[in-house]
Parts: sequence; structure tokens; C-alpha cells
Amino acid sequence: MSGISRRRFLAGSIAGCAATTLCGTQKALAAGSFTGYPEGMGVLVDLTRCIGCRSCEAACNKEQNLPAPAKPFDDMSVFDERFHGGTQMRRPDENAYTVVNRYEPEGGGKPVYRKVQCNHCNEPACLTSCFVNAYTKTQEGAVVYNPKICVGCRNCMIACPFNIPGYSYSSAFNPVVKKCIFCHETRLKNGRPPACVEICPQQALTFGKRKDMIKIAHQRILNEPGRYVDHLYGEKELGGTGWMYLSSVAFEQVGFDTTTGNEPIIANVKDFLGTVPMVLAIWPALFTGFHLLAKRKDGHGHDDDHAGDHSAAHGEEEDKS
Amino acid sequence: MRPTLLLHTLGIALIGLLCAASVVAAAPTGGPGQVKLDRLASLFDAVSFDHAAHVEIAGDCASCHHHTTGDGAGGGRCARCHAQSPKSTVVACRDCHDADPFSAVQLERKADDRWQYHVDKPGLKAAYHWNCLGCHENSGGPTGCEDCHTRNAAGDAFYKSGAFAPKAAASASHH
Repeated sequence: MSGISRRRFLAGSIAGCAATTLCGTQKALAAGSFTGYPEGMGVLVDLTRCIGCRSCEAACNKEQNLPAPAKPFDDMSVFDERFHGGTQMRRPDENAYTVVNRYEPEGGGKPVYRKVQCNHCNEPACLTSCFVNAYTKTQEGAVVYNPKICVGCRNCMIACPFNIPGYSYSSAFNPVVKKCIFCHETRLKNGRPPACVEICPQQALTFGKRKDMIKIAHQRILNEPGRYVDHLYGEKELGGTGWMYLSSVAFEQVGFDTTTGNEPIIANVKDFLGTVPMVLAIWPALFTGFHLLAKRKDGHGHDDDHAGDHSAAHGEEEDKS
Repeated sequence: MRPTLLLHTLGIALIGLLCAASVVAAAPTGGPGQVKLDRLASLFDAVSFDHAAHVEIAGDCASCHHHTTGDGAGGGRCARCHAQSPKSTVVACRDCHDADPFSAVQLERKADDRWQYHVDKPGLKAAYHWNCLGCHENSGGPTGCEDCHTRNAAGDAFYKSGAFAPKAAASASHH
């Protein structure tokens, strides 16, 4: 009788574990198909309008109370700066959440300026990679982070397909990740555009609901097909980004990664991550079951011995008392 | 009290007369001689725009004042709806182009426009800059910020320039 009940118990527990795990897996898959908040805000960056005045950099510096820059914001020599053996242009860092770079398009013509900042992905890789959950995609569309939670592991810096998060290397005791937060705290959540959008003299940055920005972008391409490449960068790339770009020259010529594909970063790992709860929940129960089943045959005839052992032990205790 | 009030009134009237005078000294075409563009002045002083000189350069009002003192809204895509529209009576840029194109109120208004027309209309700042810079680039006119704008102390602080320029080169940034 004890053997049958044990078998039932094991079968029941395995079924229970499997059910829990399957539910968990479904939830994980559902999380993978999240495509951002439909009412979230976005910015349409029109490279054909930017004149490289760097006012957006200055506005960001003031709004986010960032340290003084190495060079004034009206110093255009920064466009000639190169790093890593002359291969890399300026990138956002702990002192500057946005930078503008200048590109000379192939075949001559006017230089093209490109503003770089966090693109506020619909399904952010930084958020996916953060094991302490410091990142949040807000309903307004911003990807923000809580520096009090951040442990400074820099996983997000590796995960970000746009190389955006910077790191406060200057802080000896509490280094954390730093990046553009769409002016969420001071502006976005109060319905105001970010500081860079507001200062832009050319309206190279257009602010509104992301879904409206997509419509406006395609309308611009339709109205002036000769002016634009027929592509809105960020509409679909990596599951879509809050900040999207229109350009007059091929995107790879102005520093964009055109090999990202349209799948969000989480799609690379969600199948694998879906198996983790299964392994953690089913395997112990399953192999314990196998173990017990294997041992059951050996131990079946000794049930009485066990009972004898137990009573003997019990007897000893009684003796002691 | 009374004489002071009278003085004030006289002063205001005088200022009004002076303003009127600046418009009276108008270009032969009827436009104003000088236009003070001060709606958005904060980091830079107001721009004193020599309207009369630009009238002579441009020749046709419609070169800058599209749809208004110019040729109506008949051209291109506009004609789909506006072919029969009368000439607009609006002349100033600011009367159509909003100073705050991305405020919550403006975004709401655009969202209510179910046909989504005119939702991509540039704001006032962009309208000025596109109009001026577009022409200056093509005609070899000045295109630097401070060719037209005089930056003030607030502007120097904002751009960390002039008296607010970084004293020494900061530590190299990490890239």
C-alpha cells in the first residue's frame, strides 16, 4: 500500500511540476512578443534637416545637469575627433547622453549630420540583459533605469545593439550605467518633448506618438521621393525603436548598422531562457522519480526491516528516557 | 498720481508712434521696413530682420510668403483641396506656424485631426530657419548662427562658450 501511494505521489508531483513549468514557458513566450506601448511617444529624426549646430547636445547637458564638456558646444572641431585608431566617431558616454557626428557622403555633396542617443527600443536589449531589473520601459515610451538598483555589471552595455549605455568610470565607489532617458522625469511624463527636440532650430527632430511618427515619416518619403531613401530606420529594426530616422543617403554610409534584422534581441535568447524553468522544475522531480523507481525494486522486500528499524530506534529512545 | 499716469500714457503713445514710424518707413511694396523677430528670443537677442532689403533681393513676395501675399495654395499637393481656395489674408509666419509645435495641446489637436492634414507643419522656429537658411545656402548668404543672431549671456552659458568656456581640457572621455 505504501508503494502505490508513493507512486501516485511521484506521478502527481511530476505532473504538477510539468504544468507549472509549461505555464511559465508560455508566459516567457508571451513576454517575447511584447511590441512596446501603442500610445508610447517617439521622435522622428530627419537627417536631411540637421545642420550640425550641436544645440541638442547643449540642451541635453543643461537638462540632465551633466558635467561641463571638454570643448564648448559651438566648437565644431569635435566632428573631426576619432577614437580607437581613427575608426570610431564620438559616442554617448557618462558626460554626454547625446552626440552629433558629421559624415561626408560618398560622391561628395553636403555633409550629413547624425544625432546619436538611446533609441528607446520597443523591446530593449538592455532591459532584457539586466539581472537586477534596473531598467523599465515606461508607458510613455522611454527606456529608463534606476541607478539605485544598478549594480554596475555593464551587461546592458554589451547587450545594446546601438552601443548606447555609458558607464561612470569616473566614479570610484558607485559606478553606474548612464544613458539618455528621453527626459522622462523632467519632461516626457508631463507631456513635454525632450530638451533636444525643443531646442532644435531646424525641427530635425519631430516629437509625437510613435505610431504617428511612422505615418509622418512615410508621408515625407511619399511627398519627396527624391529627397529620402525609402526606408524608415527603426520602424522595424530589432522589433522597432522609439526614435526613428529618415536619411538622404544610404543608412550604412552614416554609421547605421543595417545588419541588425527585425527581431528584437530577446528573440535570440527567449527559446533558451524558456527551457530554464523546465530544467529547474522538472529535472529534479524527474530524476528523483527515476532514482526512487530504481531503488523501489531493491527496497521493496525491506519495508518490514525499515519498520523494525524504526521501532527499534523508538525503543532505544524510550530506554534512554 | 495723475501727472505720472499722464506721463506714462504719453510715453506709451510716443513708443506707439515710433513703432508706427518704423512701419511707415516701409518698403515700396507695402511690406514693413524692419521686422523684429523676438517671439523665440532667449539664448540669442531678437533678430532685427531687414525686410525692405530682402524684398529687393527676392523680388516676389511669394518667394518667402507662400500661400499668403503670394500665389495662394494652388501648387502641387495643396491643389487637391485648395485649388479653389481664396488667397489667405494671413501674412506673418507666426500666425500659422506654432511657437510650441510639440506641446501637449498641439499634439492633442493633431490627434483630433482625423484626416491627418497639416499635421507635419513646421513650428515657427523651423519655419524661420528653413525659409532663411534654405535661401542663404543656395544664394551664398551667411549661414552661421551668429551671422544673424547675437548670442547673449544666457546663450554663452547654455553653449558653455565665451565667458563660460571650459577652462582646461577635461579628462579624456571614454569611448
